[in-house]
Amino acid sequence: MRRDFAPWADPNARPLVRFEAVTKRFAGVTAVDRLSLDIYAGEFFALLGPSGCGKTTLLRMLAGFETPDEGAIRLGSDDIGRVPPYRRPVNMMFQSYALFPHLTVADNIAFGLRQERLPRQTIEARVAELMTLTRLDGLERRKPHQLSGGQRQRVALARSLAKRPKVLLLDEPLAALDKKLREETQFELMDLQDRLGTTFVIVTHDQEEAMTVAHRIAVMNQGRLAQVAPPRELYEHPASRWVAGFIGDVNLLDGVILAADPSGLVIEGRGGLRYRAAAGAEFKAGQDVTLALRPEKLRIARQQPDNASENCVAGRVHDIAYLGDISLYRVLLGSGTGMMTASVANASRLADRSIDWADQVWLSWEPDAAVVLTQ
Amino acid sequence: MNPGTTTLGGFGARLVVWLPYAWLVVFFLVPFLIVLKISLSQTAIALPPYVPVLDPSAGWDGIRTFLAGLGLDNYATLFSDEIYGLSYLKSLKIAAVSTAILLAIGYPLAYGMARAPRRLQSMLVMLVILPFWTSFLIRVYAWINILQSDGLLNRVLQVLHLIDAPVAWLASDTAIYIGIVYSYLPFMVLPLYATLEKMDFTLLEAAADLGARPAAAFWRITVPLSLPGIAAGALLCFIPITGEFVIPDLLGGSDSLMIGQTLWTEFFANKDWPVASAIAVVLLILLVGPILVYQHLQMRNVEAGG
Repeated sequence: MRRDFAPWADPNARPLVRFEAVTKRFAGVTAVDRLSLDIYAGEFFALLGPSGCGKTTLLRMLAGFETPDEGAIRLGSDDIGRVPPYRRPVNMMFQSYALFPHLTVADNIAFGLRQERLPRQTIEARVAELMTLTRLDGLERRKPHQLSGGQRQRVALARSLAKRPKVLLLDEPLAALDKKLREETQFELMDLQDRLGTTFVIVTHDQEEAMTVAHRIAVMNQGRLAQVAPPRELYEHPASRWVAGFIGDVNLLDGVILAADPSGLVIEGRGGLRYRAAAGAEFKAGQDVTLALRPEKLRIARQQPDNASENCVAGRVHDIAYLGDISLYRVLLGSGTGMMTASVANASRLADRSIDWADQVWLSWEPDAAVVLTQ
Repeated sequence: MNPGTTTLGGFGARLVVWLPYAWLVVFFLVPFLIVLKISLSQTAIALPPYVPVLDPSAGWDGIRTFLAGLGLDNYATLFSDEIYGLSYLKSLKIAAVSTAILLAIGYPLAYGMARAPRRLQSMLVMLVILPFWTSFLIRVYAWINILQSDGLLNRVLQVLHLIDAPVAWLASDTAIYIGIVYSYLPFMVLPLYATLEKMDFTLLEAAADLGARPAAAFWRITVPLSLPGIAAGALLCFIPITGEFVIPDLLGGSDSLMIGQTLWTEFFANKDWPVASAIAVVLLILLVGPILVYQHLQMRNVEAGG
């Protein structure tokens, strides 16, 4: 199902959630600024951004804890912007979990169902189903303080799923877990979302988490959307310098287009360096551009490559960071245009490091490795 | 580890544990036993005004005569004359009704304080305890001024044309309730505020998210979580109000008395120390009940982890 799932690319698909030019201000500060966004049924959608970018405000508006100052929020065809949270078919899993400390695990999960005054047997059956789904069997009578962090997280998840919400909101759901448990839980969440088919909207500041779980990611900055795209596109084709720098590590090289033709772009960078990059319809000669290069797309060598006239910069190794799976080389460029980072996979164990501190090196790359940015 | 330190630490730890017990023995148990002994004695025109008095110089005979002189006559008096029973009932009734009124006024106050902006909260707490800066007696006397027939309350009500003639507020149960509720409000508000202030208000968002209207969220989340505060506030008010003497004496009427007044009368007017002591002992037994309830709630709260 995940393979061909791309309703956002289908012009006939109707979104489940639609933000229409939504603005929200707090005491004069604009948290969300005329933001429009469509989320489709069955999507695992991530809101990603630095703290204070407005992602949590957006989620809280969807939950009903905040009302938009301007614009509309639609769920299906209804405008839910002013509907109180207790009347929305949307449930939220809180960052702090917000488990009711005086209620048992079973009573916490049943809380929402009891508000609907469902028959007792229905509630009990649904609670049992959720306990199994979230692997909480045997913990029915426990109180939240008698649970481990991971168990609490699963109770919060079960409680928010109990009413079969149309949209499940997850506010930094894994932030309180340690790294290993967090990674396991990310895959569990994906699996769960896939099985239930419920639309999940997750808020996170952890880009790895967003890229792991989500079909699409909305990168937010200062109350606006910087880019909305699937993880791969976001990484390989960032829309701006800011997105390129926010998602993963990136090397940015400024330059001016000398020639733009269907075979490619020729760019002159600082210090008279020449770059060649894949062509694009939107480029024309004389334009100021920035090349974005991912560290893993750079080759690093102690000998000057054969074709050193293009896409090649010289420098001296300034720093080496051994990270286990990869090593990072920070290279001080000879042209004085700054620092670049190259990463090399540590393919063989105990291999001799051929490149050392202060070595003279050349960094080179293929023309299609660079993304040309104008913003 | 140095064994010397361990021994010293053990001694220090034991001292810390035993000190409160020693305090209770000297300042609670011993006086209580004295009162209990007096309650079993007979009144007499003597100094002290009761018999028997233990005469240690008479040896075993003295102890035997002393024990033979003790009896339950005073407790029988408490049950034979209905004035005592009525006094107890009136005290318990006034304490119960006052506590209910205090809870009804104090809970919204404490809730509002707990939800006020952080920087305002310490000032609000300050305002609640501000009346303690003035003597309790002066504040109760001030109420006499406010409640008398040409006092502030009647004049304001007349100006507003809510009443035609002055109302006799003083010397009534209404005046007692006004005085008690006014005086005890901080004792209700502070423990309630302390529990509500610790409450995570995200829980109310979670309840709303799960479909609970504000009223349902209040009854199912806020009230259960503030139960320790409710219990503490209610007991801090109920117990001293039951034995209250000054407020009913200054503001209340003379037709029926609270138990504190009856005790005072027996002790000072009638010079009947034994009956007064018996009244005190029975009052204590009556109040042990609610204290045990409180203890039970506290234990449950500790077990619940917070």
